[in-house]
Amino acid sequence: MNLPLLSFLTWLPILGGIAVMLVGDRRASAARWLALGVAIAAFLACIPLYSGFDVTSAALQFPERMAWIPSLHSDYHLGVDGISLPLILLTTFSTVLVIIAGWTVIEKRPSQYYAAFLIMEGLMIGVFSAADALLFYVFWEAMLIPMFLIIGVWGGARRIYATIKFFLYTFLGSVFMLAALIYMYLKSGSYDLAALYALPLSSAEQTAIFLAFFAAFAVKVPMVPVHTWLPDAHVEAPTGGSVILAAIMLKMGGYGFLRFSLPITPDAAHDLDMLVIGLSLGAVVYIGLIALVQTDMKKLIAYSSIAHMGFVTLGAFIGYEIVSATGSHDGVVLGLSGAMVQMISHGLVSGALFLCVGVLYDRLHTRDIGAYGGVINTMPVFGAFMVLFAMANSGLPGTSGFVGEFMVVLAAFKANFWYAFLAATTLILGAAYTLWLVKRVIFGAVANEGVASLKDLNGREFLVLGVLAVAVLAMGLYPKPLTDVMEPSLRHLAQLMSVSKL
Amino acid sequence: MMQNVYLAIPLAPLIAAILAGLFGRVIGRTGAHTVTILGVAVAFGLSVWTLLGQLEPGAVPYNASVYTWLVTDGLRMEVGFLIDHLTALMMCVVTFVSLMVHIYTIGYMHDDPGYQRFFSYISLFTFAMLMLVMSNNFLQLFFGWEAVGVVSYLLIGFWFTRPTAIFANMKAFLVNRVGDFGFLLGIAAIAHYTGSLDYATVFRAAPSIAQHTMSLFEGQPWNAMTVVCICLFIGAMGKSAQVPLHVWLPDSMEGPTPISALIHAATMVTAGIFMVARMSPLFELSDAALGFVMVIGATTALFMGFLGIVNNDIKRVVAYSTLSQLGYMTVALGASAYAAGIFHLMTHAFFKALLFLGAGSVIIAMHHEQDMRRMGGLRKYLPITYWTSLLGALALIGFPGFSGFFSKDALIESVALSHAPGAGYALFCVTAGVFITALYTFRMIFMTFHGEERMDAHTREHLHESPWVVTVPLILLAIPSVVIGWFTVGPVLFGGYFDGAIVVNPAHDVLREIGREYEGQGGFILNAFRSLPVYLALAGVASAWLLYLKFPHVPASIRAKLGPVYRVLDNKYWFDWFNENVLAAGARGLGRIFWRVGDEMIIDGALVNGSARSVGWLAAVTRHMQSGYLYHYAFAMIIGLAAMLAWLLTHAA
Repeated sequence: MNLPLLSFLTWLPILGGIAVMLVGDRRASAARWLALGVAIAAFLACIPLYSGFDVTSAALQFPERMAWIPSLHSDYHLGVDGISLPLILLTTFSTVLVIIAGWTVIEKRPSQYYAAFLIMEGLMIGVFSAADALLFYVFWEAMLIPMFLIIGVWGGARRIYATIKFFLYTFLGSVFMLAALIYMYLKSGSYDLAALYALPLSSAEQTAIFLAFFAAFAVKVPMVPVHTWLPDAHVEAPTGGSVILAAIMLKMGGYGFLRFSLPITPDAAHDLDMLVIGLSLGAVVYIGLIALVQTDMKKLIAYSSIAHMGFVTLGAFIGYEIVSATGSHDGVVLGLSGAMVQMISHGLVSGALFLCVGVLYDRLHTRDIGAYGGVINTMPVFGAFMVLFAMANSGLPGTSGFVGEFMVVLAAFKANFWYAFLAATTLILGAAYTLWLVKRVIFGAVANEGVASLKDLNGREFLVLGVLAVAVLAMGLYPKPLTDVMEPSLRHLAQLMSVSKL
Repeated sequence: MMQNVYLAIPLAPLIAAILAGLFGRVIGRTGAHTVTILGVAVAFGLSVWTLLGQLEPGAVPYNASVYTWLVTDGLRMEVGFLIDHLTALMMCVVTFVSLMVHIYTIGYMHDDPGYQRFFSYISLFTFAMLMLVMSNNFLQLFFGWEAVGVVSYLLIGFWFTRPTAIFANMKAFLVNRVGDFGFLLGIAAIAHYTGSLDYATVFRAAPSIAQHTMSLFEGQPWNAMTVVCICLFIGAMGKSAQVPLHVWLPDSMEGPTPISALIHAATMVTAGIFMVARMSPLFELSDAALGFVMVIGATTALFMGFLGIVNNDIKRVVAYSTLSQLGYMTVALGASAYAAGIFHLMTHAFFKALLFLGAGSVIIAMHHEQDMRRMGGLRKYLPITYWTSLLGALALIGFPGFSGFFSKDALIESVALSHAPGAGYALFCVTAGVFITALYTFRMIFMTFHGEERMDAHTREHLHESPWVVTVPLILLAIPSVVIGWFTVGPVLFGGYFDGAIVVNPAHDVLREIGREYEGQGGFILNAFRSLPVYLALAGVASAWLLYLKFPHVPASIRAKLGPVYRVLDNKYWFDWFNENVLAAGARGLGRIFWRVGDEMIIDGALVNGSARSVGWLAAVTRHMQSGYLYHYAFAMIIGLAAMLAWLLTHAA
């Protein structure tokens, strides 16, 4: 039996999104239920994907392949491995939550709102399952359109500035990637990822290709100094947009590094690893300090996202420094799994925090920290959730936020004491900006009439935050199922990283 | 079977905490305290059973994993238990004090609207603390380590509408995080050198760590073990409030008194001491680290004691006393007298919890007045509180025969025999500290319970002894505070109780030297009269009597004469000032500069929007070329033609 499960996962939400749009705003309730049904169906379709996945193999599984653009030798080629599977699960999981979270909040063109998220979901799954570089690129760029609209249509006051900044920033980066892919196609005659992995490239070629990829992925992650689109985009995006942006879209960058940069240009990645490591550590410290002084809740969480994503890029590239420091490959996979775990965890935790801000924003229509204070007096249940997610964001053991950071710090130590030292400052900085936020917003006496009038979570909000809380704790207490899925693929990746292509 | 019992010990309080926390409204106040007390009682009963099992002849330590947390890259991370003499002792201390505090809380928090929440937190704390002490690996140790920190955070900020409380809890968490930062690096170093996080594996590999060197700074090699131990000890400095990471503990008194007794005196703050003792196979391999431990501990022991003398808040005096006593325990660790450190930890847990709960009883009677200047003469209104507190105070100052006497005396003797770097300084600090301890302790007793009644008439009318749920725990804690030393000093310190659990390099083994001359408790007491500390303690009590009962106007004039000294103490050596105005303000200032200048001006202003602007500018400029006038184009063509001709003419030749 070989059902086209990945095609189903990719196209069901896209077609479902079109159907939701056709139902229209006049029948908003029907559109909502249809959207929810599609999102849940996609999530349920992940069950056979997970249960049928062979955790002992690094090979691409559930493969589908047919000719797509024969003149360019590009195939419609899909497949998942241990790197993409968790990200696909995260995508379908987050989409369901986002649809529920927007249930009564979105009044402007609701059917189009849900359609945008569903189409977005399909495209993101396409990105994670594409095994052909051109197909990947098409999904990658197409993904920008729904997000451009989500921010531009349902966003806040400065949404036009934010969405154009977002689009241009990320589009500019991606163009370089396209150039690199075309160059490699001309050399190898194929867009197939396996062929690109096997393609020998000179040092100069690798460096140019690496930098082209770097432009695309670093913007997406985002890495310092190409991160400034993110705070603007988050601040202006509607809650659901922020959640998807933080939970999935940022992961595209990390995924790109693991899927393209490291295996295709291993020697250049080795030569230029200090660039990535330096910028990652910079993100932890520089961005951590910036997050400390933010007065807008969403901006604070956006900066916190950048700092946390620093661990992803650090974990991905630390392997080269480990090998040169110790002469052994022990720790390379540890760093890679740390990076992966951090991506998944960040998806849950930052998504949850943006939802928390959304809960407050829906009630008082401000994101200004100064407008709150003593929220726990009127919203005790919400306060408990917020404290839990804040602790997860501070990397508390027992929550998912700890696992990835712990692994990356352990790996970084193998390379150099000071890398681990700088990375571990997140323990202090992360706790400082997160708990200071909690202190000012959640704790204290009731600050004003607005806070006094707050109503605690309704059933829908409780459901969404409750599910995330369970996920955050489950992953913190028992991460083994997740790391087991990734392990063989990451071992394979570590091997590709270490074989020179010169 | 054994595993299920050991699993039940932390899980019973955890389940109780979940029930009281999530279903507090359903089960009500009585339900909440019943279920949590039951949970902790089960944990205590099973802990005693565990200890008795460990004491049986031929009993072996239990070491097994419960489940595998994750495996990657050959590194196996597990959750599991190591039960040996050290663990069993800690489990009994933790669960006993916790049980007493649970019962006491029924009285203390009687009128508080957050009753269920409070019980849920203290039960959750008991779970976290048990996970910490029972762990057989560094991962779970770190989990427990941070989990107790979080519960402490929640409990210090229990009265979350008070600005001081929510400042104190954030401060406590962040200062602890500074410690945890070091701790994490220590764990990372261990994982790097041994490829494992399991205690047994790491300890077996310890000698190989000591053979590595690390060059942290160009050209200065450090012994890897020294780095490991100092990093781990930085964690202990946070949790066990050693200078300069002590600043959070006095502020933690913003929390309700029962948790000051449980968390900030008896259990959590001793986690650092426990951890270093647990890591003795590592610390024994680095003399430099031991010296560092000793000097930090000695400084804390003496200089935090001074602060107890100038404070008027009854709880803060006890808090500074806790800091100082934690310093004593740390000194013992530095002297390789781990058993003496743990022994003092145990006796201190009883008498300090007693003193805190006694202070709490006074605070209830005084209607939440904590200033000792408005107390006095409470002895006759609160007889049980007075007598139990007095016993606790005698134990604290090391009155011969009381529990604190045995532990402190052994500790000081160990330091005297130690050859670790800094031992001389440490001996001075701990010896002088004895006088200081007696002075502030009896200053507190005299100001609170004796002398003139300084409270207002209204308070005086309502003074009465606390209910039985408060006094019974006082009595139950007073008993071990007095006698536990007498019964356990022999076996614990000199009888090889910790053999196998604690490893001491024979060259460092000061306790063995003391033990050679040990001939029972009586001899130990007599021997003490031949040395200085006992007399210093008595002198301290006498000074307190003279200064605060006999001539109560003298302290004011001393304060006036010693103005500068008093200012140093009153400002607590300016640690808080430095942290708030230099470190915290500096971080915020740096953040603001990075944000406004780095992100907004340079990246966004100059590069991002700058490039947008320059595209716009370029377009505006090129637009002028496309003017649409024919003569402009004709003129441009002529110029171009002329230029081409000129080029051809010059190059053709």
